[in-house]
Amino acid sequence: MSEQLQAPSPLIPVPRAPAPEIPAAAARDELEITIDGKRVKVCEGATILDATKKLGIETPTLCFLETLTPVNVCRVCVVELEGSRTLVPACSRKVEAGMVIRTDSERVRLSRRVVLEFLASSVDVSTAPQLRAYMKRYKARAEKFGPRAATVAQPPKIDNELYVRDYSKCILCYKCVEACGVDAQNTFAIGVAGRGFHAHIATEFEIPLTNSACVYCGNCIGVCPTGALMGKIEYEMRAAGTWDESRQTRTETICPYCGVGCGVTVHAQNGQIVKVSSPIDHSVTQGNLCIKGRFGWQFMQDHE
Amino acid sequence: MFGAGGGTSSYREIEETDVILLWGSNARETHPIFFHHVLKGIRNGAKLYVIDPRRTSSAQWADTWLGLDVGSDICLANAMAREMIHSGLANEKFIRHATSGFDAYRACVEKYALERAELETGVPAEVIRQTAHAYAKAKRAQICWTLGITEHHNAVDNVLALVNLALLTGHVGRYGSGVNPLRGQNNVQGGGDMGAIPDRLPGFQNVENAELRAKFERAYGAKIDPKRGLHLSEMFEAMERDELTTLYVLGENPIDSEADRHRAVKLISGLEFLVVQDLFYTKTAELAHVILPGSAGWCETEGTVTSSERRVQRVRAAVPLPDDVRDDMEIIYELAKRFGRNWGKPDAQAIWNELRSLSPMHAGMSYKRLEELGGIQWPCYDESHPGELYLHSRLWREPLIGPRAPFSVVEFEPPVDELNEEYPIRLTTGRHLDSYNTGEQSRRFPSPLRRAATLDLSLEDGKRYKVCEGEQVRVSSRRGSVLAPVRFDPGLRPGLAFLAVHFHDEIATNDLTIDAVDPKSGTSEFKATAIRIEKCVENSSGPAPDRG
Amino acid sequence: MDLHLTEDKASPEEEAAVDAALEKLASSPGEATPLGATDGHARSNGLPARSKRHLLLPVLQAIQERLGWISPGALNYASLQLGVPPAEAHGVASFYELFSLTPRPPVVAHVCDDIACMTRGAGALCGDLERKLGPAGSPCVDGKALWQRSSCLGLCERAPAALITAAGETPRERIVAPAKADSISSVVAEAALGRLTAEIDRLDSKVSVPQAGQSQLRLLGRLGQADPASVDDYRRLGGYEALKKALDFGAERVIREVIDSKLLGRGGAAFPAGKKWQAVHAQRNLHRPHYVICNADESEPGTFKDRILMEGDPFAILEGMTIAAFAVGATKGYIYIRGEYPFAARQLEKAIHAARAQSFLGSSILGRGFSFDIAIRRGAGAYICGEETALFNSIEGYRGEPRNKPPFPTQSGLFHEPSVVNNVETLVNVLEIILNGGAAYSRIGTANSSGYRLFCLSGHVVRPGVYEVPFGPTIRDVIEVAGGVGGTGRLQAVLLGGAAGSFVSPKELDTPLTFEGTRAIGATLGSGVVLLFDDSVDLKQILLRIAAFFRSETCGQCVPCRVGTMRQEEALHRLAQRKPLGSNEQESALLKEMAQAMRDASICGLGQTASGAILSAMDRWSLFS
Repeated sequence: MSEQLQAPSPLIPVPRAPAPEIPAAAARDELEITIDGKRVKVCEGATILDATKKLGIETPTLCFLETLTPVNVCRVCVVELEGSRTLVPACSRKVEAGMVIRTDSERVRLSRRVVLEFLASSVDVSTAPQLRAYMKRYKARAEKFGPRAATVAQPPKIDNELYVRDYSKCILCYKCVEACGVDAQNTFAIGVAGRGFHAHIATEFEIPLTNSACVYCGNCIGVCPTGALMGKIEYEMRAAGTWDESRQTRTETICPYCGVGCGVTVHAQNGQIVKVSSPIDHSVTQGNLCIKGRFGWQFMQDHE
Repeated sequence: MFGAGGGTSSYREIEETDVILLWGSNARETHPIFFHHVLKGIRNGAKLYVIDPRRTSSAQWADTWLGLDVGSDICLANAMAREMIHSGLANEKFIRHATSGFDAYRACVEKYALERAELETGVPAEVIRQTAHAYAKAKRAQICWTLGITEHHNAVDNVLALVNLALLTGHVGRYGSGVNPLRGQNNVQGGGDMGAIPDRLPGFQNVENAELRAKFERAYGAKIDPKRGLHLSEMFEAMERDELTTLYVLGENPIDSEADRHRAVKLISGLEFLVVQDLFYTKTAELAHVILPGSAGWCETEGTVTSSERRVQRVRAAVPLPDDVRDDMEIIYELAKRFGRNWGKPDAQAIWNELRSLSPMHAGMSYKRLEELGGIQWPCYDESHPGELYLHSRLWREPLIGPRAPFSVVEFEPPVDELNEEYPIRLTTGRHLDSYNTGEQSRRFPSPLRRAATLDLSLEDGKRYKVCEGEQVRVSSRRGSVLAPVRFDPGLRPGLAFLAVHFHDEIATNDLTIDAVDPKSGTSEFKATAIRIEKCVENSSGPAPDRG
Repeated sequence: MDLHLTEDKASPEEEAAVDAALEKLASSPGEATPLGATDGHARSNGLPARSKRHLLLPVLQAIQERLGWISPGALNYASLQLGVPPAEAHGVASFYELFSLTPRPPVVAHVCDDIACMTRGAGALCGDLERKLGPAGSPCVDGKALWQRSSCLGLCERAPAALITAAGETPRERIVAPAKADSISSVVAEAALGRLTAEIDRLDSKVSVPQAGQSQLRLLGRLGQADPASVDDYRRLGGYEALKKALDFGAERVIREVIDSKLLGRGGAAFPAGKKWQAVHAQRNLHRPHYVICNADESEPGTFKDRILMEGDPFAILEGMTIAAFAVGATKGYIYIRGEYPFAARQLEKAIHAARAQSFLGSSILGRGFSFDIAIRRGAGAYICGEETALFNSIEGYRGEPRNKPPFPTQSGLFHEPSVVNNVETLVNVLEIILNGGAAYSRIGTANSSGYRLFCLSGHVVRPGVYEVPFGPTIRDVIEVAGGVGGTGRLQAVLLGGAAGSFVSPKELDTPLTFEGTRAIGATLGSGVVLLFDDSVDLKQILLRIAAFFRSETCGQCVPCRVGTMRQEEALHRLAQRKPLGSNEQESALLKEMAQAMRDASICGLGQTASGAILSAMDRWSLFS
């Protein structure tokens, strides 16, 4: 399998040439908008979320991820826009010159809080640290809808050796569907099925993953914000009470398989690999891996 | 290509190109994350042409699939070139400015009319014509290939035929256009960078150039053999001649991976001294006189690897070495000690810095910068240089910088292992998404996708040979014969069969394959074997497969 | 793309259903693109996903109507033919109420138990059916049929209503309205024996359009006066004069007339129609396709005016669309019609064929060089698809989930191209504008509500039906036109604008039924619903039904609407059962807080209005104290 393949080599090295030209991105106008009384300039095409980041304002997001097309369904990022009848989603609304935006008005706080209460009253958020932090910030109370409020509770789906789907933890943020679909993997093993409160993530006819189109890239796990999708090793360690992120190291390195050069983060506990992920800002992967990269490291366990 | 060996373009350019020729590559399964970039390109409007005998999962994404017959790539490429020239689609300005040898090339491809190409490749002339026009007329275009191009007896010629197309149209050296081999192993490019090529020193510097050699000799304080070394196939030939009697194998498993297994076993067993350094007790290690338990480069040691887009990236130790295992670097240092040279304490960064001082294309890549920039693409000449997104922009400079890029005259030669009445089926080989090469790494995780080793056939051949799915058949080539269960694959046409390379314990694919070797690169013709299949009279629990 | 299919294979009948649908679609102008061929050495297919997905909904419909359900094998076959991943096709199929993904008897009686039918005995009807055919949702008549409760079927003038569908090689439908348990079960029995005839549920204008034949009618003038399938009849009554005039005017002038008319959309959102046209027209030089879409997904409970126009005067809609297409530079149009309107769809389909035959549609209409054609898309039971961006997704073969706006449809609509979406009634108004001029039209009605308007009178009113008035009359006036309050004769409440509208009390009857008049009392005209409740009605039950409607019709995409509609219904149930969390006041406060979040943070109008009617009733009457 050696594949060192070279054209006949010149005896004399090729001289250094000036750096290659890279087409410049189309010049974009700067627009000025006002957020919470502060003026800020951002490029045309930027979102309100981009602008709030520039001002250091922390906007909660759940369904948003830099590498995915905004679906703006969770609505925790809503802000008040002067002249708009309703609140608008910061993650996807593009800025327009002269916008006046408030990110912390009573109206905004109420909607964000109620949205979080809606989620936490219907979904098990025990492994969703980000969402729990938002709840604390907005003083959201999941129990206010009473003990008989409908939930999405259901047994976890364990149908393969690599990862577990526990949809009682699913907030339907669509990220896994996007990662499995057009935004990354283009395998389309899962989609949103059903409607309304019972809308859910599913394979066709709820068939087990092992019959589905799934290629076990685990890119859905990589984007899941609530732990509804989890590697089986992590799932089992959590069940056994041995999963301890405070004792884990994270090391950036490169996948040992093909020559694409995917950046991986190796999560190790007690000197053993327990999980592999990829940094979302890695230029090659954008956080995505294939089955070998994400799960193929178990040979290290045999290497003793 | 013309100088340093590496893909000319970056992955991000694939997303912004207009036409992609994916040639002899099932990147969807073998380079899945590269294929993500292809998919982005498709979603951005690029047209994808997949040239592959099999209608693979990659081909199913193509606007057009060209299902050529195995080994007819040069014929197809030359016919495309002729069509471009005849239709006035050659980039004459670029050819005049930056290339050499065009007249000879034109004379050569003149023999490859579309009709002849249809006959030799099986691809309809009109489809070849359309593909040629689409590639030539595109504002930006990419050619990417993998082992479907290189695992042939004329591997280098195959590559040159593709490079010719890029030169003919000027689809190289500009943003979004280029020629790119996709590397099969995480550091095969890095191995080349570091001089693990018979005629190169680190940084693709020619060992036969005295001046360059002197630079290294000064730095190393040692003499360097002025003659090129041997590539893999030449090593086996040297073993045959008893000129090579000692072999030090690091992280390779030639017993399972060489094209002619019988010969590999015979020659390696006959060595006077074999050292194997590996993570696993491989088939090759079983024959070793000394086994050195090595480390897993990607997560137990410090260093760098280079990807298919020439991106040098850091690997780091994430977990401690197991007991009784040593860092590969340390093993080599210890060996040096035994040879009487004390190199001191092994230090990956110090070695890297020495390399940087000797290889101009790596000079600017300090560990600090590699970390900060998320890897750097060579060449990177100094610590203010950003690395190069794509190569060969010099070919477009006025006046031209450096030597002209040569056209190469390459002629079509059919695969060595000819089809005839006795061996009527073309067997080709390849890889599965969840498995990797000989399977030493990949078979150790519980992949739900893993299938048993099978001989894949078209449904039509299944009918013709009266075999059904799952049935054990005898597969024979001119060199050997194995038993394999049948699986039907709608991506195969009659007369074409497929075996994956990962399952040597179940089906020793290389009992069948031929070791016809490309003299220029030393790669073997894994992709084209003539076989026949026969129904087994004995049931599946019968005699074990004949392994010679 | 590399599709992965399970082992499930389609039966020959399922394959035939898909093949026939595709063949029909392929022969329909502008619909399908051909498949590439393969000979084992080459295949040119383009990206199938790019070109075929928009055929998914009609293909699923064909399977459903042939087999009575969509099996895994049938879904696989459809997926393969269209290049749509099965998980996505399944996601789409499971979105629609009229599709079943589990085996289901071929005959289904959809019995409306929504608010208009509730006032006319739907509750008792369902009770009777339960005794006669067994519980809703379980097979009856030897397992060949079942009945189920349904949201509003748009047959409110003939309440209580039922729609019976029978799957088979020739699918059949039948409307039973007003319905009794006996009449429903005898049709079901007939259908189960395969004896349902192809008879069309003919519009009886005497029943549905009590004003029919009156000379002052502008929108309803042809109803009952012409054969709705005859172009000649249509032309005899002035049809296609407006189109000729428009072609003479040129696009700019047509748009100016519509702007001058101050016509506001009649679907519910009341956006100026001329502005939409102008915005799409302005992009004519971008060399992108433009689309005209007629929104005929009339699903607002209590609304049936568009159905009556489609059944009784289909050419008027085609003519209005053709004028719109000419004005904005579109060559292709879609009519998206709700799945519960099989007869209206059939009338339109016939009308399109007839119009094509006489060069009123197709290439070079009337020999004037302008080409335009129309395809029909039938919905499959999803209220949300009346939301224009959900409608785009539905046509494109995706789940009918609304998109965030902006971008607005005029910039990025169907297939992400500039699109005009007009309601059926809006398009019929256009004819009047072109014939008599925009300025003249703008003088009809009031200053801020120009022109003519249809109202859907139902519930406890003496003569339910659709009524046309020039804007101006009050709620009381309109009720008088319809013969006054029915039932006990003592009016308790009026629901304006449907489930997404608001309740008004008898004290507010002197409010003009105009955009500005209703706005002044915090109500809305919406889709023209005027639904009367006498004093025998338990409004709490009506509110629970409205809450259940939104809970079952929310697409589930955004959190405030998906969970909010559930929590709202739960709270109302607690109040109705006198088991509030804390006090009634605390529950009311909770409802209001949820309502604010739903109104403020939902993606589309459904969530934004899902609590409007409920809160309007709670504000006006002390229902839960």
